[in-house]
Amino acid sequence: MQSEAAIPVLSVRDLTVEFVTRRGTLRALDRVSFDVARGEVLGVVGESGAGKSVTGSAIIGLIDPPGRIAGGEVVLSGERIDNLPDEAMRKVRGRRIGMIFQDPLTSLNPLYRISEQLIETIRVHTDLSAAQARARAIALLDEVGIPAPERRIDSYPHEFSGGMRQRVVIALALCAEPDFIIADEPTTALDVSVQAQIIALIKRLCKERGTSVMLVTHDMGVIAETADRVAVMYAGRVAEIGPVRDVVKAPLHPYAKGLMGAIPSLEGEAKRLVQIPGTMPRLSAIPPGCAFNPRCAQVFARCHVEQPELIAVGDRRVACHLYDMPQSLHDASHGKPEIAA
Amino acid sequence: MSQPPAEPPFVEVRDLRRIFDVSKPWLNRMLENAPRQYLRAVDGVSFDIRKGETFALVGESGSGKSTVARMVVGLLPPSDGTVTIAGVSMNDVAVAQERQRLRRRIQMIFQDPYASLNPRWRVGRIIAEPIRAFDIVAGEAAIEARVGELLTLVGLHADDRIKFPHEFSGGQRQRIAIARALASNAEFIVCDEPTSALDVSVQAQILNLMRDLQEQFGLTYLFISHNLAVVRHMATRIGVMYLGRFVEVSESRQLFSNPRHPYTRMLLDAVPDLAMTGKSREGVKGEIPNPISPPAGCTFHPRCPLVFDRCRVEPPPVIDGVACHAVNQGREAAA
Repeated sequence: MQSEAAIPVLSVRDLTVEFVTRRGTLRALDRVSFDVARGEVLGVVGESGAGKSVTGSAIIGLIDPPGRIAGGEVVLSGERIDNLPDEAMRKVRGRRIGMIFQDPLTSLNPLYRISEQLIETIRVHTDLSAAQARARAIALLDEVGIPAPERRIDSYPHEFSGGMRQRVVIALALCAEPDFIIADEPTTALDVSVQAQIIALIKRLCKERGTSVMLVTHDMGVIAETADRVAVMYAGRVAEIGPVRDVVKAPLHPYAKGLMGAIPSLEGEAKRLVQIPGTMPRLSAIPPGCAFNPRCAQVFARCHVEQPELIAVGDRRVACHLYDMPQSLHDASHGKPEIAA
Repeated sequence: MSQPPAEPPFVEVRDLRRIFDVSKPWLNRMLENAPRQYLRAVDGVSFDIRKGETFALVGESGSGKSTVARMVVGLLPPSDGTVTIAGVSMNDVAVAQERQRLRRRIQMIFQDPYASLNPRWRVGRIIAEPIRAFDIVAGEAAIEARVGELLTLVGLHADDRIKFPHEFSGGQRQRIAIARALASNAEFIVCDEPTSALDVSVQAQILNLMRDLQEQFGLTYLFISHNLAVVRHMATRIGVMYLGRFVEVSESRQLFSNPRHPYTRMLLDAVPDLAMTGKSREGVKGEIPNPISPPAGCTFHPRCPLVFDRCRVEPPPVIDGVACHAVNQGREAAA
């Protein structure tokens, strides 16, 4: 299906995550599939409960019981990693997959100088001596834009501002030069002016190092600025995935359309926002068929009974029955009133 | 500002200040010979809100937006300055009785709908509380009817009154908070980040609801947000705050089409661009400084591209809606 011949850095196939509870099994991820190519930023966007963060946790093997990966596979640079034993998985985390989380304070140990944290991480993953590791740590801090890194390296996390702390976390994620970084809401805790700096930094690092990034966020603006491709998630499923320009400017899935219209914009007239009725279903009450069917304006009989598969429409893939019809019917369905984008 | 208002503004805020004492305890000060420390959270803010309009305060964390809101509704006494609502001073002891009557017309909606509703009360009791407190309608049956009416108004069901807050989602709780605000027939509602805890599709529902209610009842809003796009969608006029002061106060349309203060420009430039026009952004410099020891002169000068000597010593006054020496001297064209 993918046109590029090279093996994707990360390939997720039919990943299913379930949580076993007293009231039955909840399916947090339902056959999620996507690829991330080398040097590519894949945005994963969705509202609370859509399964964005669970996807990240499942990839790095951090799903705790009662949750479990119930099916599918995760392949990193051609090697399957979802069934590795814990010890082997620990080597993958940090070395081959870097992680950046929302709150920089929880990723840094407040009791240690950042020099100790960086040097320890570098030495765990490489054979460098302490002095070499320190030199490398300073170079990394310089690369992520911390002024006077030789001096600042011996500071404690609390001596940095929020934006600077997030830069340190990014440096920490880069220590072992991973091929792939999972950034889970990296700018959500930051003010807008600092957010812009961090976005620019992530973009620059991807370009210079050829690192691939999975950027998980609820902020469509951040995705539009940063990502090459975007996956829109809803109720644990991928609703639409494709090049960011196509998905943001002309979404196909009715949920993606509603989502784009609901975002207040800085451009154009300040008109009434598009409103999707209702809210995302709880995991315990996902309706049969298409999970979006109770909120969808273009719902028809098939949506209530059959769960839509991702089907190719041009460069992207959409999980919606509207696009899975003979061509004549497809055109007719377009004649229906659409949600204005 | 362009045309003289025929009637006095509904809300008048004059030279509002709030200083917090953030000193260490007395013993520490004595032992460490440390001076007292003060944080000027709000430092001389003045604005008017006309009836039926939405005035928005926007700024980054620590700029003093919420402190202004809390002083306007009277949750926090100002250190200096006055708030006058519908001609009644909120600070003058002489008019205490009138103020009591005025209180009913002012309500607040908070950011976190999980914290602002009593989890042990049923929704009906939460919404009926202002009705009982201010004796809006008499008789249990009448109160119940009014609660049902309010719930329907905000898009919930009248039967929802017997449920508890935990049975509702974040967006629905914010609807309950709005119903409670309307219960006392409030005319002026202060909204402190009402949608920042909500997902975008739910945020759209709440913003649309707030606009509909404003049209229906002629409500006046003081709207606080850090999200410029949300503010643009809601506000008639906007005040941009930085470290406790206004840097720019302007009509909404004007502010977005022609931002004048360098900070406003920087802020607008920093918003991720959904339209993907591929605009090149000027590198945003630095971060908001520590408000305990703000820079001298114009507090924005360390980050400002237009800085010159005067900015480092003299705080700029608000002239024609902009507090900037460079703009007042016509130097902004150089940027």
